[in-house]
Amino acid sequence: MREKYVLEYSSAVVDEPVIYTLVKRFDIKVNILRAEISSGQEGSMLVELEGESERLAESREYLASVSVTLTPIARSLSVREEDCVHCGSCTGVCFSGCLSMTTPEWALAVDREKCIACGLCVKACPFGLISLKFGE
Amino acid sequence: MAKSYEEINAKIAAGEAVILTAEEVSRMAEELKPSEIARKVDVVTTATFGAMCSSGCFINFGHTSPPLRMESITLNGVPVFGGVAAVDAYIGATEASPEDPAYGGAHLIEALVRGEELLLKARGKGTDCYPRREIETWIRKDLVNEITMVNPRNAYQNYAAATNSTERELYTYMGSLLPRRGNVNYSTSGELSPLLNDPYLRTIGIGTRVFLAGAQGFVSWRGTQFNTSKPRNERGVPESNAATLMLTADAKEMSADYLRAAYFEKYGVTLYLGIGIPIPVLDENLAAAVSVRNRDIPVLVCDYGAEGHPALARTSYEELRSGYVAVEGKKVRTAPLSSLKKAREIAELLKRQVASGAFALAAPVQDLPARSTVAGLAARERSR
Repeated sequence: MREKYVLEYSSAVVDEPVIYTLVKRFDIKVNILRAEISSGQEGSMLVELEGESERLAESREYLASVSVTLTPIARSLSVREEDCVHCGSCTGVCFSGCLSMTTPEWALAVDREKCIACGLCVKACPFGLISLKFGE
Repeated sequence: MAKSYEEINAKIAAGEAVILTAEEVSRMAEELKPSEIARKVDVVTTATFGAMCSSGCFINFGHTSPPLRMESITLNGVPVFGGVAAVDAYIGATEASPEDPAYGGAHLIEALVRGEELLLKARGKGTDCYPRREIETWIRKDLVNEITMVNPRNAYQNYAAATNSTERELYTYMGSLLPRRGNVNYSTSGELSPLLNDPYLRTIGIGTRVFLAGAQGFVSWRGTQFNTSKPRNERGVPESNAATLMLTADAKEMSADYLRAAYFEKYGVTLYLGIGIPIPVLDENLAAAVSVRNRDIPVLVCDYGAEGHPALARTSYEELRSGYVAVEGKKVRTAPLSSLKKAREIAELLKRQVASGAFALAAPVQDLPARSTVAGLAARERSR
């Protein structure tokens, strides 16, 4: 099983070797796609976690126990699709394949699982319809 | 075999006219010759839905009692041009709020079209005939006299695609352009685009009825920067930005389904507009013109990272829509900026409006210029 999450942790958890623990104790394959530490020492990290479903569940419990919040990437990215005019501007900067135009309809398709939280689409949408919860 | 406007209108009235969208007729052209299309098809609808900065509305607020000569005017904090008579003003689509660069004239226009209320603040110096000095009140489209959209330049006949060869991301009216030719953005609806289907503007001129954001409007003049001097391909299609239209319509009749305020990051506010124009298939030459396919329409890919935006590649709408285009040996991803989906909705709607007789066809009152070029602006000393 493979899942993509945004991990957010406060300055209190910065000393905790979170990733090490995930790998060592729960046998989780961790792929860090993006990481950011803000000036207040809070951190955000986009990770892909791969492992057996039981072990993934345990690792989620562990993360909660050390106060690391875990948001599935699908919920971190918000696209107000009902207001979208399907211009395609956002797809020009989306290299992960999350935002694409369908053919032959030329409608915007959003595959949230493919988001890598780069945030480029947020500024590329001329109608301000996209937001991303990552850092800040 | 030539057909007149009268003959086509008679067929429409009798319910016998064949009306297709420009995309449908382009598919038909894969099988049929122009002479056959001229016989079969009477009207072809074209459309586009994209960013058109050179847009705006005249608005007449009505007089207060005692009256005020409005000299300095804002709506929701956005300055609107008050240098016309006492209670007339022009809302320029790209005018931005001094407080918020992402909010501007286009948002005012969209809000008015939606029937929302806007805060009007106006001041004047006070004159013998206009003694009042200021007003602060809420306006709405049904409370003001006229809201007339007058757009100096819309519906560009073709538009170069954009890329960026520099090392940093560029924020432009052609969207976000990633460094090192990271992407190519293009506008226009290709084979569905109005002026690409009548490249010599035989049926589109002053007085031509157009669909403008849901209202019926007219071509009132040539658009600014109207240019007939761009190189054309063997089909007569210009390879880059050429003819343009000045369009006018009653904004009170418009719909927010076809008009949307937009903000391009670090560029500014603009207005997305839906425009549709039906083209009567008068003869074989027009049948050939409306048969134009995406692969027949040349597009230059210009570098927005270099002065003068030099062309780096030459492509077609067919290639742009494939998702990738070659730029100096590099395969670069492409993305549209104008909505083909919306343009298709407009072309379909226009088909029904023409068929029902609600959208009448007529010959232009006067042709647009056959020859016109565009000058640049030099920083120069005054002539002696």
